[in-house]
Amino acid sequence: MAIAQTQNITTCRSNGGGSEVVLLDFWPSMFGMRVRIALAEKGIEYEYKEQDLANKSPLLLEMNPIHKKIPVLIHNGKPINESCIIVQYIDETWNDKSPLMPSDPYVRAQARFWADYVDKKVYETSKKIWTLKGEEQEKAKKEFIEILKVMEGQIGEKPYFMGESFGYADIALVTFYSWFYTFETLGNFSIEKECPKLIAWAKRCMQRESVSKTLPDSKKIYDFFIEMKTKLDL
Amino acid sequence: MHQLLNHCLIQISMAKKCEMKLLGSVGSPFVTRVKFALKLKSIDYEYIQEDLANKSELLLTSNPGLQKVPVLFHANKQPMSESLIIIEYLDEILPDVHPILPSNPSDRAQSRFLAYYIDTLYCPWMKEFMLTRESERKEELKRLIIEGSMMLEEAFVKLSKGKAFFGGDEIGFLDIVVGCFLGWIKFFGIIFGFNVIDETRNPRLAQWGKSLWSHEATRSVIPSDEIHMNFFKMLLGFLPPMPDMPIPA
Repeated sequence: MAIAQTQNITTCRSNGGGSEVVLLDFWPSMFGMRVRIALAEKGIEYEYKEQDLANKSPLLLEMNPIHKKIPVLIHNGKPINESCIIVQYIDETWNDKSPLMPSDPYVRAQARFWADYVDKKVYETSKKIWTLKGEEQEKAKKEFIEILKVMEGQIGEKPYFMGESFGYADIALVTFYSWFYTFETLGNFSIEKECPKLIAWAKRCMQRESVSKTLPDSKKIYDFFIEMKTKLDL
Repeated sequence: MHQLLNHCLIQISMAKKCEMKLLGSVGSPFVTRVKFALKLKSIDYEYIQEDLANKSELLLTSNPGLQKVPVLFHANKQPMSESLIIIEYLDEILPDVHPILPSNPSDRAQSRFLAYYIDTLYCPWMKEFMLTRESERKEELKRLIIEGSMMLEEAFVKLSKGKAFFGGDEIGFLDIVVGCFLGWIKFFGIIFGFNVIDETRNPRLAQWGKSLWSHEATRSVIPSDEIHMNFFKMLLGFLPPMPDMPIPA
């Protein structure tokens, strides 16, 4: 099915010193990508284990018995689930460099709000674009653009969501950028035309190695989606 | 010890000087959570009652697209919503006054995950159970809720480490996050004869419920049975009557 993506184990430079980090993931997942970006920002060595979601492994089922979903970060044998929770865990555990959360409690609360907003609004609405047709799809597209415009408004003239530094809220949304081409093609619209500043922000994030090396090529995502859709329709 | 006490007192007085307001509605467990956290942190605040059937200008303008309570207003900052985010914020502005989240990142992640489970699965199941008309679905929800309670029992045993609360000796994050539903849980028992937390199935959790309920901080924040009853009646008012649904007195 999907093109399996293996990752070379990079040299550990963290203060973990001998700690074992394993990531259970699925390469096109925008949620999995968030964790990969966070790990890269911190320079953490880890073992990447590609999961077959149609045929879930005993390890995945053991590590996430409630939701049975990826990503799962396993650190010294203990599982951590839910991408946003994992990113915060990474930031708090490897706290010697590259802080991902703002330092001020109020700004931190705002960052958490926006990441939560992405989960509640962006993902659910984007799903409608690729599952619905006709008038319903048009409605979904409109809703999706409105949501993106709200986020674009939040970024405003700042380089990143919360200001000068790339962080948690940026990580939450930027992974969807790899899926924009798919949404645009299916919905026959241009996100850049509607939200140019948002695309400018995404491209700015892509200048960071952690982001550009993590996000798969947009066309690859689209091919994966078509393949998945074809398989499911049969 | 004396220095720490001084530090706490300074933090409390700073919080008191800054104006804190909470926009909430009757019966909402999510509002109860924030009240709980404010109580534990000894923060004075003004409570503004919202009528969700008739949303105020304040609510409509302060919560982009979501229009839900609770909303926290702190001094001249932009309003904050989402109970879990608000609790973490309150914990971080007064870190030395009754710490709410655990200090260890692994325990913090575990606590946040369980809170996420409560809000995305366990609580919606309870709400749907209250309101669904289909008996088959009701049975399925009952099964899911029972499984959820067993999972929470296991989590409690692990996190409490033999102490009275999820947070150990003191009330912590999960005590607030789960505890805000104690009123509803009691209510389920009375109306539906369904013990969400059952003494036989979940003995440790049942004991925890009793400990939390009798804590002086809890009594001041959890709404009365009458309020829960009125809230439920209001919800039922939106549905046509069902033959097997007991009508609350």
